[in-house]
Amino acid sequence: MKTPVRVKTLTIDGQEVGAREDQTILEVARENGIEIPTLCWLAGLSPVGACRLCLVEVRGVARLLPACVTRVEEGMEVTAHSERLAAYRRSILELLFAERNHVCSVCVSNGHCDLQAIAMKLDMTHVHFPYQYPRLPVDASHERFVIDHNRCILCTRCVRVCDEIEGAHTWDVIARGVECRVITDLNQPWGSSESCTGCGKCVQVCPTGALSEKGRSVAEMSKRRQFLPYLTLMREGRR
Amino acid sequence: MTLEELRKIAAAEQQTQQKYGHRVHVCIAAGCLSSHSDLVKEALRKEVLESGMQSDVLVKGVGCMGLCSAGPLVAVEPEGTLFAGVKAEDAAEIVAGLDSGAPAATSCPTDVPFFERQQKIVLENSGKIDPERIEDYIAADGYAALVHALAEMSPAEVIQQVLRSGLRGRGGAGYPTGLKWTTVAKAGEERKFVICNADEGDPGAFMDRAVLESDPHRVLEGMALAAYAVGAQQGYIYVRAEYPLAVKHLKTAIRQAEHMGLLGNSICSTRFSFHVDIRLGAGAFVCGEETALLASIEGRRGSPRPRPPYPAEDGLWGCPTLINNVETFANVPPIVRKGGEWFAGIGTEKSKGTKVFALAGRVANTGLIEVPMGITLREIIFQIGGGIPEGKRFKAVQTGGPSGGCIPEQYLDSPVDYESLAKIGSIMGSGGMIVMDETSCMVDVARYFMEFCKSESCGKCVPCRTGTAQLHDLLAKITEGTATPAELALVEELCDLVKHTSLCGLGQTAPNPVLSTLRYFREEYEAHIAKKECRAGVCQMHASGEVMP
Ligand SMILES: Cc1cc2nc3c(=O)[nH]c(=O)nc-3n(C[C@H](O)[C@H](O)[C@H](O)COP(=O)(O)O)c2cc1C
Ligand code: SF4
Ligand code: FES
Repeated sequence: MKTPVRVKTLTIDGQEVGAREDQTILEVARENGIEIPTLCWLAGLSPVGACRLCLVEVRGVARLLPACVTRVEEGMEVTAHSERLAAYRRSILELLFAERNHVCSVCVSNGHCDLQAIAMKLDMTHVHFPYQYPRLPVDASHERFVIDHNRCILCTRCVRVCDEIEGAHTWDVIARGVECRVITDLNQPWGSSESCTGCGKCVQVCPTGALSEKGRSVAEMSKRRQFLPYLTLMREGRR
Repeated sequence: MTLEELRKIAAAEQQTQQKYGHRVHVCIAAGCLSSHSDLVKEALRKEVLESGMQSDVLVKGVGCMGLCSAGPLVAVEPEGTLFAGVKAEDAAEIVAGLDSGAPAATSCPTDVPFFERQQKIVLENSGKIDPERIEDYIAADGYAALVHALAEMSPAEVIQQVLRSGLRGRGGAGYPTGLKWTTVAKAGEERKFVICNADEGDPGAFMDRAVLESDPHRVLEGMALAAYAVGAQQGYIYVRAEYPLAVKHLKTAIRQAEHMGLLGNSICSTRFSFHVDIRLGAGAFVCGEETALLASIEGRRGSPRPRPPYPAEDGLWGCPTLINNVETFANVPPIVRKGGEWFAGIGTEKSKGTKVFALAGRVANTGLIEVPMGITLREIIFQIGGGIPEGKRFKAVQTGGPSGGCIPEQYLDSPVDYESLAKIGSIMGSGGMIVMDETSCMVDVARYFMEFCKSESCGKCVPCRTGTAQLHDLLAKITEGTATPAELALVEELCDLVKHTSLCGLGQTAPNPVLSTLRYFREEYEAHIAKKECRAGVCQMHASGEVMP
């Protein structure tokens, strides 16, 4: 027997919208043309609520809530855009730019980078936090791909696509705090990873130039993500 | 096991103990053990044997007596005398004085506020019973609540008592325990879990360790009562691997309780079964956060996830899960035994019962104390703690560890309860209490806690991962005397950002030590920046080229 899907109505930035009860604020906002910035979220991967760019205000809730994981509720009054949120979002982006090396002019993904695109969209004109610039390694041991940790923003999209879609779980995160790094297998060089299937999905979902194909020069690495919604759709169909 | 049988065991044990004219208690919990109380215990045993008093004198190892700074501690019952700083060589003198009651060089007065101002519920057996003998716990009314509840009370009635008691979670946030139990009880699933959070990661805190080392059965009984109330079949104790003695005592306790039919299948011949297993944490502070703890038990990386859904609804392996702190569970058996109303009669209107604190820093008596809620900070520090040593002046008291704040002198008369502490910019926290005098630099204290949060941040969410690192660098610059007023403004901006945008409690509370010291000791920050001066003489100022005395 099919259980009926309940429908909820709520407002986002004053606009009345309808939603299925299992939808998130982000999904409903996008359906209705309300843009909420996201970085760690990617359609087809499980949401983790880590980048905090999608934080919204909900009336009656003291905390800010991540739109990508928060379910809609009846009568919810969501504010997705306010001066306070815009300032927080810009600061979070600036913190990312200050954390590692994100000099666009020498990046393979210049012009095709999610981080760069959001920074422009949110009018981030400069970084007012001190740059940290740790010297991190580049692993080019894989036959076809490269990881440059200096460009990684630890969104864990690669970790999730590899685990959830490819089923290999080659990627994971090591260490804590600013010491965190994505690793392959048990911190082996990517080229010697026994679990990596070489499918390249991680490269395609990476928002920045951290993961790229070998042989690409500055601004040449654009990413192809069409496979993700397709694969998820096919899987849902099978369920 | 019936109540009858339990009483029989208790009576037999009491009788055996009463046979002895003197019962010599030697603390073998981690604090005293670190100053070799095990050797003291052996020396006392040997001395008793050699003087042929073994039929009249019992020497037994017990848990923490509280005055840890004066360890190793030895107490003699029923006289109630206490000896502090005991070494193996002192054994002869103590044993020789048992009958005459003559004081020894190591005698320690017990009619002092440190002992008299305390009120013990959680620690009532601590320092009295042998933590490795279930009979000793049973003789002190142990497991009576569980056996009674299984025979006479419905799960809902157990929850009623906990609700009525007004008990709130002792793990830090103070969430009403009865309410949490109700939520888990109402969750429809068949499989449910009860988890005891014994990850205790606040620097300098050892309340939970002491409870587990000194009275492990109390926690097991509390968990079993909880499992009965919410309908769980399996329990886990998530305890730090750095607490080997606690783990050892817990393992012994679980085995003994299972052997007596007080844990395991068909407890007390009823249909209620409850198994408890131990899971060791690898020393990550963030794994004390409940969703990270769940991930860790499931064998995944210990990083928090957004809530809701709360564990009560979607917890271990997706099942409804009750997570409570060690001290929370330890309060449950007496609540069920004596009734919720009894417990609600202690403490203040909104904060009931007692709270265990690890008193540390610049006070005369450091150690473990248990006080009724509502007692003032002044009473704790100046009466129980014995004031500030060496004629120094009190400056601030830090509660709540890296998530808490520094409270200045003007609030010393504030009552210790959840709301009052929050109002003055700190939190109750799990029970760390560090007293500071004029030799402490508040900026340095803030920097220290930020360093802790920076290295303990799980690294998942951006504001906590990078924000705490930025904050730490800026605070370090201030303590070095190289910061500008603009950088102080940046500190304040980052505090606001990290507090309001971080994913879990670690990041959300990490700015608290900075915010509270800025609130009460702003001039110290400004002196560091403008005059390159650290009045406490802690910070070494690089810029001015001179080192403060
Ligand atoms: C970073 C962090 C660390 C925590 N560490 C502990 C801990 O060591 N022990 C504990 O009982 N609770 C800890 N907590 C609180 C738990 O998440 C949870 O609220 C608590 O175990 C609930 O039990 P209670 O209701 O009995 O307090 C921590 C929370 C955070 C955010
Ligand atoms: S607030 Fe800190 S500890 Fe919590 S999820 Fe974010 S990075 Fe991890
Ligand atoms: S998109 Fe929601 S937190 Fe990253």
